[in-house]
Amino acid sequence: MSATFDKVADIIAETCDIPRENIKPESHAINDLEIDSLDFLDIAFAIDKTFGIKLPLEQWTQEVNDGKATTDQYFVLNNLSEQIDKLIAAKGA
Amino acid sequence: MRFEYFQMIDRIVALDLPGRSVRSVGLVPKSSTIFEGHFPNYPLMPGAFLLECMAQTAGWLLIALNGFKSMPFMAGVKDAKFRSAVFPGDALEFEGRVVHEGSGYAVGESKGRRDGKLVCNAQIIFTIMPFPSDEFRGALFEWGERLELPVKELAR
Repeated sequence: MSATFDKVADIIAETCDIPRENIKPESHAINDLEIDSLDFLDIAFAIDKTFGIKLPLEQWTQEVNDGKATTDQYFVLNNLSEQIDKLIAAKGA
Repeated sequence: MRFEYFQMIDRIVALDLPGRSVRSVGLVPKSSTIFEGHFPNYPLMPGAFLLECMAQTAGWLLIALNGFKSMPFMAGVKDAKFRSAVFPGDALEFEGRVVHEGSGYAVGESKGRRDGKLVCNAQIIFTIMPFPSDEFRGALFEWGERLELPVKELAR
């Protein structure tokens, strides 16, 4: 389990009042944890602030709507954590 | 303020785009049917209306920052506080700041003052959406001009 996942899980637990033990790397934020788009705004804000990045939510949404990506790619938490790590790396590059 | 049109601020008095801040003023009307219900024989500016004043102030800042290209809609409110009663005829000043611009959303913080004293404050989350129509955007242009925003300059 990555340090990024741990931080993301803590954010979700606190923001959405979901028991921390129910949040797993394979959890899908929408399908499994039932986080809606409004709650996800709070999560995105906390993630942006914590990691000093800007989650490209509009781009991800567009890709999903266009059928170029699945929600799993961005909203399964270990995938989300990988995306965050990439954004952190890109910021430092 | 024109409660009946939900135009809750009268004028933008300072706009600082690099500093991501704005100041506005609004005069609470001396009479309104709202005060007949809120409350009978004790007219009081509703806290919900103060919240809208703060949201509109920060919202105009977001519109100015994006050059009238998209519309902020209030999506969430945190830590809203209404610190003292506001009455008909009170002159209010509001300030708004954008504390975070995310992808498709933004977070603002607003405060309201009377005679320099804080009367309300809140953190407000906005979703940023395309204008629903050109007519809507046009109406915002007119509204912005009434508030003395440099609309043509901002919308370039």
